[in-house]
Amino acid sequence: MYKILKYSFFDLFRSRWSFVYFFFYLLLGLVLLFLNNDLSNAIITLMNVVIVLVPLIGTIFGIMYFYNSREFTELLLAQPIARRHIFLGQYLGVAISLALSLVLGLGIPFIIYGLFESSAIWDFFSLLVVGAFLTFIFTALSFGIALKFENKIKGFGMAIVMWLFLAIIYDGLFLLLLMYFQEYPLEDFALVASVLNPIDLSRTLILLKLDISALLGYTGAVFKEFFGTTKGSLISFIVLLAWVFIPVWGMLRLAGKKDF
Amino acid sequence: MVTVTNLYKRFGSQQVLNGLNLETNIPGIIAVLGPNGSGKTTLIKSLLGMVIPQKGGIAVNGKEIRGQSDYRKEIDYLPQIANFPGNLKVKELIGMIKDLRGKPARDEELIAFFGIQSFLDKKLSQLSGGTRQKVNIVLCFMFDSPLIILDEPTSGLDPASLIKLRELLGREKAAGKTIIITSHIMNFVEETADRILFILEGVIYFNGSVSELKAATRQDDLEHAIAQILTSPTHV
Amino acid sequence: MKALLLIFLIFIGFNFYGGEITVCKSCEISSVKDAVEMAEMGDTIRVKSGLYKENNISIKDKSLVLIGEDFPVIDAQMQGYAIIVSAQAFRIEGFKIINIGRSHTSDFAAILISNSANFEIKNNRFDKIFFGILIERSKNGRIIGNKFSGNAKSQAHSGNAIHLWKTSEMHIEDNQVEGVRDGIYLEFSDNAEIKNNVCKNNLRYGLHFMFSDGNIYSGNLFENNGAGVAVMYSKNIKMYRNTFKNNWGSASYGLLLKEITDSELIQNTFEENTVGISADNTSRINYIENNFKSNGYAVKIRGGCYRNVFKRNNFLYNSFDLTYHGHSNENSFNGNFWSNYSGYDLDKDSFGDIPYRPVSLFSYLVNKTPESIVMLRSLFIDLIEFSEKVSPIFTPADVLDSQPFIKKIQW
Repeated sequence: MYKILKYSFFDLFRSRWSFVYFFFYLLLGLVLLFLNNDLSNAIITLMNVVIVLVPLIGTIFGIMYFYNSREFTELLLAQPIARRHIFLGQYLGVAISLALSLVLGLGIPFIIYGLFESSAIWDFFSLLVVGAFLTFIFTALSFGIALKFENKIKGFGMAIVMWLFLAIIYDGLFLLLLMYFQEYPLEDFALVASVLNPIDLSRTLILLKLDISALLGYTGAVFKEFFGTTKGSLISFIVLLAWVFIPVWGMLRLAGKKDF
Repeated sequence: MVTVTNLYKRFGSQQVLNGLNLETNIPGIIAVLGPNGSGKTTLIKSLLGMVIPQKGGIAVNGKEIRGQSDYRKEIDYLPQIANFPGNLKVKELIGMIKDLRGKPARDEELIAFFGIQSFLDKKLSQLSGGTRQKVNIVLCFMFDSPLIILDEPTSGLDPASLIKLRELLGREKAAGKTIIITSHIMNFVEETADRILFILEGVIYFNGSVSELKAATRQDDLEHAIAQILTSPTHV
Repeated sequence: MKALLLIFLIFIGFNFYGGEITVCKSCEISSVKDAVEMAEMGDTIRVKSGLYKENNISIKDKSLVLIGEDFPVIDAQMQGYAIIVSAQAFRIEGFKIINIGRSHTSDFAAILISNSANFEIKNNRFDKIFFGILIERSKNGRIIGNKFSGNAKSQAHSGNAIHLWKTSEMHIEDNQVEGVRDGIYLEFSDNAEIKNNVCKNNLRYGLHFMFSDGNIYSGNLFENNGAGVAVMYSKNIKMYRNTFKNNWGSASYGLLLKEITDSELIQNTFEENTVGISADNTSRINYIENNFKSNGYAVKIRGGCYRNVFKRNNFLYNSFDLTYHGHSNENSFNGNFWSNYSGYDLDKDSFGDIPYRPVSLFSYLVNKTPESIVMLRSLFIDLIEFSEKVSPIFTPADVLDSQPFIKKIQW
């Protein structure tokens, strides 16, 4: 598996796209810091970008890589390597190289800027952790979709629908429910709904660390109380892990049953 | 070497393998023939574990292969469409496969044999179809495994290379290996194969030597023999 | 005003006719208390620097001038009040008063002034205080240039720096207050002028007043107080050129207006507050030429607000410019600058050609269902906000600025 991981990783690392991705983040980080000159503002803007773009890029990249490396995959399948090692290796190769592009691309400008002397280091750090988690989650989901759909166009469409659902439609339904049941106390519902979607959970985790969380008012206080406790942090960590492991598990199950 | 018992495989509503049985005990070259969509590639991919049958068993060297991967150490496979990761160099691809198998390989010998030394530093996406097929063949044969499976090995090869391939097959056969081939080039099959497996509607329709097939169909050459089976299968 | 000046001149006059008593550690009189007891009407007591461990120094019905030289320290040793005054025409200047003890039953203060008039408390330092200057049932006093610092930890165990109850004609200027519960507190106190004070880092409010009409606040800085500034149940209030800054926290705001009528807010700056102004049951208030910059919510209009006018204000980079309850209620938002405005000015009359709707869809939603704030910065919200901007459906149609300025308004 490590060999597959290594080859997938280097394969991506040599392709232009992971550099495009890396330079995009590098540029974004530099521009934000030098136009803004305010670390916590830059982190808020970055959060917006990370929450929307990282899942989208993880999805698209994952699905494209999978379809593009079909021949390579078939070559590997004929070798004495277990299927789950092949797919796990490829998945980790993609996810790690994407996560690395993100962490380095954003990390370098912030280090140049003098992040280590800043109190915002933990906010920034959690932004990167959340970004890495989102990369792993959405790459796994897109691999699963690619395995499920032989037809590239169908698979690509489904992956985009999946992203749309988690990034936008989920929030729309969430908001509708909040509106519909506005006579009832909704803090607990809002909490559960935010925790269950990895994008909402990531957004909430970062928002609560920033000053802007004061805007959240009473609901924010309830959230802060939850996420501030060890139990709350543990639950959100477990949820994020589950969002990585369940799609990976499903992806490997699909891979085990699929004909090539 | 390979024992296939009662193998069923369906893709959606299409029944491809329909209770296929096969046993190969003697070394030599076995050609798997059959019309398009008869299940040749499905059978080969089932042997490799790439296609997972609904029913039936496959044993290689006496061991059931379902869910296993180690048995493939004893198999060399040449896929039908030789599309490799395009941004790799030939050298790197060979190195990678060697690294993955972790086994000594005779790659240099084969590279020299097919004369592709000058392409080693080229990227695979820059190669012509024929050269790519040669690389494919080198990758396949370099591990010296006792079972070799070749899916359309002749595609894209020029006559000179075809002769080399035949020569190589002869040597491998002499070394006591079992070689399973699918091909559409009948005179290639006629010249190389010891046995013909003819698959029709998901079962082995004919299993025997070239001359036996000719005799059974009362035809002088293989091409006509095959055509005879396809037009009036009940005569055999 | 003339009467005030006259009274003041009379009061200064006392100084010329009174005797003088000097207090120092090695003097004949080494205690402030003794000096005060000895002093006659109109005397000046001069206290040299040194530490005076005294409390409950009581000035009753004597017009005295107490002057500290090089800030003599009066240490109340956490017992009772430092100075208690009930007199006409007196002055306390240049002291440092420390260690006022906390109490659950009495509002112990550094200086307690009751039933007094025509006085001046000037250039004193107050440190480790419970209450600072507590004034009740008094009129025409001047509190000028004092510095207060406390170490308030909890609201229940802390007091206010300048606390006025039932007073009138008070003048509070150039004071600095830090680390107490409320910086300046007024209750039933009319016609005060509160000017150029700095209230920072206080536990609750920088300025807090109730039932106090006709007051003027100008040029004050209220920064980083627990909850900001609260102005309640009063009328005819004028607030000019104040700065409300960094009052940040989930229950915090720059300025809370509750049941305020017929008042003016002109040229104030609200910067980086969770809520710039929160207005509840306030009517006939003119908000003119104020700057709202980088606040969470610039203005929250709650229920029962009628005929308020917002004009020539700058709304700059706030997360929400306005949240609004109910109908337009004759409130006007015409002629402001909104940094979120994306219209154009083709006829070059310096007003945008299309109206601006300061209530964003999200703020409308949050107003209806507060829990929906958890969607803050969600992509879905950005999308519906955009579509709402293009064709408004939900946001109140009559809350709009039909003459939005195209450039920031200079004033």
